[in-house]
Amino acid sequence: MKRLLAFLALVAVPALASPVHAAPRTTLRVLAAASLVDAFDAIAKAFEKSNADVRVRIEYGGTQQLAAQIEHGAEADVFASADERWMNSLVARGLVAGEPALFAGNTLVLVTPKSNPGRVGGLEDAARPGVKVIVGAESVPVGAYTRIALARLSRDFGADFGRRVQKNVVSQEENVRALVSKLALGEADAGFAYRSDVTHAAARHLDVIELPASARIVARYPIAAIAGRQTALAKRFIDFVRSPAGQELLARENFLPAP
Amino acid sequence: MRVLAVLASAVLALLLSLPLAALFLRRPPAEILQRLADPLVLDALRLSLVTSLAATVAAIVLGLPAAYLLATRRFRGKRVVELLVQLPMVLPPTVSGFALLLALGRAGLAGRALEAFGVTLPFTTLGVIVAQTFMAVPFFVLAARSGFEQVDVRYREAAATLRADEVRTALTVMLPLALPAIVAGGTMACARALGEFGATITFAGNMPGLTQTMPLAVYLALQTDLDAAIALSVVLVALAIGLLAGVHAAGGILLGARTRRA
Repeated sequence: MKRLLAFLALVAVPALASPVHAAPRTTLRVLAAASLVDAFDAIAKAFEKSNADVRVRIEYGGTQQLAAQIEHGAEADVFASADERWMNSLVARGLVAGEPALFAGNTLVLVTPKSNPGRVGGLEDAARPGVKVIVGAESVPVGAYTRIALARLSRDFGADFGRRVQKNVVSQEENVRALVSKLALGEADAGFAYRSDVTHAAARHLDVIELPASARIVARYPIAAIAGRQTALAKRFIDFVRSPAGQELLARENFLPAP
Repeated sequence: MRVLAVLASAVLALLLSLPLAALFLRRPPAEILQRLADPLVLDALRLSLVTSLAATVAAIVLGLPAAYLLATRRFRGKRVVELLVQLPMVLPPTVSGFALLLALGRAGLAGRALEAFGVTLPFTTLGVIVAQTFMAVPFFVLAARSGFEQVDVRYREAAATLRADEVRTALTVMLPLALPAIVAGGTMACARALGEFGATITFAGNMPGLTQTMPLAVYLALQTDLDAAIALSVVLVALAIGLLAGVHAAGGILLGARTRRA
């Protein structure tokens, strides 16, 4: 027992306490949509470079999941959402400081593995019986956009196009990056994801089929400071995201400029 | 010192019981019962029961011989086998699911061979069962092995002097004596399969009625339909409590029967 106490005193307690002494920097906590991983990692790095006293901690996840975390009191200063629906629900609950600002756009595309096991060469192939399609779950922004797109595509490809694609759906993924990874592995034949999800690394394994202009979906990404937290610092980060430097980093990852 | 021990135990008891109480007290019981009729809840419940029972059977069929051999034999590489059997217990379930995908996915290491036989695992109910078995089998093997190990070696020796061969000894002496541990292990495996989330969603995906088990349904409902999430959670907790109580009861009954016989 004595030894255990000595161990705690010598090792555990200083280890727990030390970050407080060693890091005089403030930490900015950001919750960001999974689709933003690469762009926001780069943005965080650039922001830290010009703000030496700040450390940016980003947690990525499904927008809907992050919004639920904020509702339940998660410690976060900034929320970068993949759609306006979830941001608005936070605004309605008074959890956001000020107005959310749009900072990026993204288009919905059909993604197929380069190995193309389902021989999907165009959108119409996604409705061919036996083709394995994966989509986002309805609560996930990309899943909601997919359902809108399918309804619009039915005007071009026949009234039952959406229903036939839905019949091919083998999984409703909870996270758009997991969806893209499964396509990259060749486990499904096609899936609807954001253009930016086909990252430079993933592009070696994936092909992209654009949606026709009539069904084009542009996801709008809002960002906001969380009420009652480090709002001044959060605003500085948000301004940086919207600055030409931040926009350049987003464009590099195939995001569209803020609509 | 004793005060500290009591204090620590009290904190532990609170930590363990408070979340459960919160879950049960959040909504009136009648409302929870009503939500159980929800097709989303019913589909997930049915699928979970079917898959976790199938995974339990698979864990017993595959795990019983291994548990027996580990308990009664010494062989080269035993340590490696032990490690292998325990690994799924400590790996993050997502890693297990990802590894399963790389191995048994249709583009995976052995997946092409499976595909040739017409077996597809990702995005299928069978895939859910495979993922659950992978995660649950260590619990069964550990329990059954220790059950076999606790059988007094003299029983085996006595059977040998009566010229019973090993298979007969295993089936008529070892198995009955280790039965409480085997039943307990099977029940633990079932409980683990029932609660499996990470490996399932990674390997088998999420499709209502097909691969969306209760834990997956809870996770997704948590983001959209809090009341459904609560109802599903309450059912899961009740099932888990039932299974654990079953472990204890089965152990007690079987042990009692054995002492009476002896």
